[in-house]
Amino acid sequence: MPPTDTAAPASPTALPDPGGHFGPYGGVFVPETLVSALQDLGRAYEAARTDPDFQEELTHHLREFAGRPTQLYFASRLTEVLGGARIYFKREDLLHTGAHKINNALGQALLARRMGKKRIIAETGAGQHGVATAAVCAKFGLECVIYMGAVDMERQALNVFRMRLCGAEVRGVEAGQKTLKEAINEAMRDWVTNVRSTHYILGSALGAHPYPMMVRDFHRIIGHETRRQILEREGRLPDELVACVGGGSNAIGFFFDFLQDESVKLTGVEAGGRAITPGEHAARFEGGRLGVLQGCKTFILQNPDGQIELTHSVSAGLDYAAIGPEHAYYRDRGRIGYAYALDDEVLAAFQKCAATEGIIPALESAHALAYACKRAPEMSRDQILVVNLSGRGDKDVQQTAKLIDPEAPAP
Amino acid sequence: MDRIAQAFAKARTENRACLIAYLCAGDPDFETSLEISRELIRAGIDLLEFGVPFSDPLADGPTNQQAAQRALEAGMTPARVFELAARLRGETAIPIVFYTYYNLVFANGVDRAIQATAEAGVDGVLTLDLPPEESDDVVTACRRHGVAPIFLVAPTTAEERLPLIRERAGGFVYYVSRLGITGERSDLAEGLEEAVAMIRRHIDLPVAVGFGISGPEQAAAVAAVADGVIVGSALVNRVKRHLGNPKAMLEDLGGFTRDLRAAMPRKD
Repeated sequence: MPPTDTAAPASPTALPDPGGHFGPYGGVFVPETLVSALQDLGRAYEAARTDPDFQEELTHHLREFAGRPTQLYFASRLTEVLGGARIYFKREDLLHTGAHKINNALGQALLARRMGKKRIIAETGAGQHGVATAAVCAKFGLECVIYMGAVDMERQALNVFRMRLCGAEVRGVEAGQKTLKEAINEAMRDWVTNVRSTHYILGSALGAHPYPMMVRDFHRIIGHETRRQILEREGRLPDELVACVGGGSNAIGFFFDFLQDESVKLTGVEAGGRAITPGEHAARFEGGRLGVLQGCKTFILQNPDGQIELTHSVSAGLDYAAIGPEHAYYRDRGRIGYAYALDDEVLAAFQKCAATEGIIPALESAHALAYACKRAPEMSRDQILVVNLSGRGDKDVQQTAKLIDPEAPAP
Repeated sequence: MDRIAQAFAKARTENRACLIAYLCAGDPDFETSLEISRELIRAGIDLLEFGVPFSDPLADGPTNQQAAQRALEAGMTPARVFELAARLRGETAIPIVFYTYYNLVFANGVDRAIQATAEAGVDGVLTLDLPPEESDDVVTACRRHGVAPIFLVAPTTAEERLPLIRERAGGFVYYVSRLGITGERSDLAEGLEEAVAMIRRHIDLPVAVGFGISGPEQAAAVAAVADGVIVGSALVNRVKRHLGNPKAMLEDLGGFTRDLRAAMPRKD
């Protein structure tokens, strides 16, 4: 589908508008029951965002609990093997609980505490957001309920156990295709019912305003650190950044501080699944069109009637029918480009990263690596490509053990 | 006067509340759904609300989710829902409204969807996940095609929002009597009378109350304070209970509906 809105770019920080719109995308599409709660949340977030005490507290916990700043790591052997651009990894995989998700979970948990909400709910796909939320709830003594599709509970069994160890109740969702989308439906139903006592820690840059903005802001630290670190290391900005995009929280957080650096190419990588045919992938910009799902207007995989289509990806975290609205906005403007990686390419990159760098990436992050493996050789040796390694792959070893033979020659 | 206003006016002259029945269109299949609708109309409902089956009904509880699933599996599409409504419109003068989700209205153009709604003889559209702030396209199309845009009010709705709803709303106000999703409940919401009074201070439309009304006693209690009583999951559960036995299904639904009507007598 061609871009629908291509007016001159606004200043990134001026978006969204007060109604939560990024141009024609975003907004607040929820039942009336939730409108007041979202407005309260928006006001509470605005007050916290501009409160130095809140920011100081968040910075403290990001450092002491989550382990920030994360390293910007030069992947020397992968660079050598690919024979092109110098490849760096932003090591979000080294964060406590194993992925970037903790940045947002900490921010929202502190916000919930400020708002006097003692019960937390969250959805999770791969389980990384669920584990991060369960961990911060344990740390702050908050009640925690995590909704997870039954299929995802099986393919990410390790994370289910981690959440339960941290004291969270994990509720399996049996509806539909039993993955992330159904988990969000169920979390929203819980929130509608318990809205007065409960805060919903949505885990991606998705849903109704203020979530896409708030989640983005809590992840901006990724790009902020990267910018400083690459300038220190290389004395210049990188040529390209690449990140995987499910809802798109790691990507928007990584890209945000580079949006106005026109020389830096920004690329998001969607899940191509088995093939770009309906039901076999989760690449919304390849097979989707404008629609409204779970609170916001954006690109959605849907049938001609508007029923939401089934999705598939080898990675549970990218297996979702909608993309964050801010991504749709920057795609229209040509500021962020989007590609996709197929399951097979992702598994090859997963294996290559482990074998050349001794780093096992999450299958989600391996989508960005799959792109890097194709892209780096096209670039010259003095160019710089930074991959956001958004999560670690410990959670994926059981699943990939069935799909990969490490004794076989590397692909 | 349009059919929705007529239905409420007629009930008012009879000094009683309107009985509004919710069914998932096409549950469990097109023909049975048509028969169920006819049975409820014979049993005395004043207004029929058709849920348009959607793949991701996030405001609905398990009862209505499963109904939507049954209907989709039986081949219901938005086009077939229009067809079902049009068939009924050929047989009855009672108002019919759609209860739907925005993506279904948006997918092929809002104006086209509302025009098709009007052409099917449907009187109003309630879009669950469309608060007034985002509703301009739908309200404009509704006014152009003579369809009432129906809006929700919830216990969490701040009084300041009611003027926003008044400027856009048509038909009747759908008051969600409790927080949460659709489904039968055994108790009745607190503060109902105050909430209905608050809505009436701002909006000059009939107020119907739904979400969780499971039987005649609750219907009677709600009828004492509101202009309309919406019964949904209690009917849909009866469809589910008798799957595969349409005769028993129709008898149960007809009997239950007559009990509801009997429990909502004249208020004088």
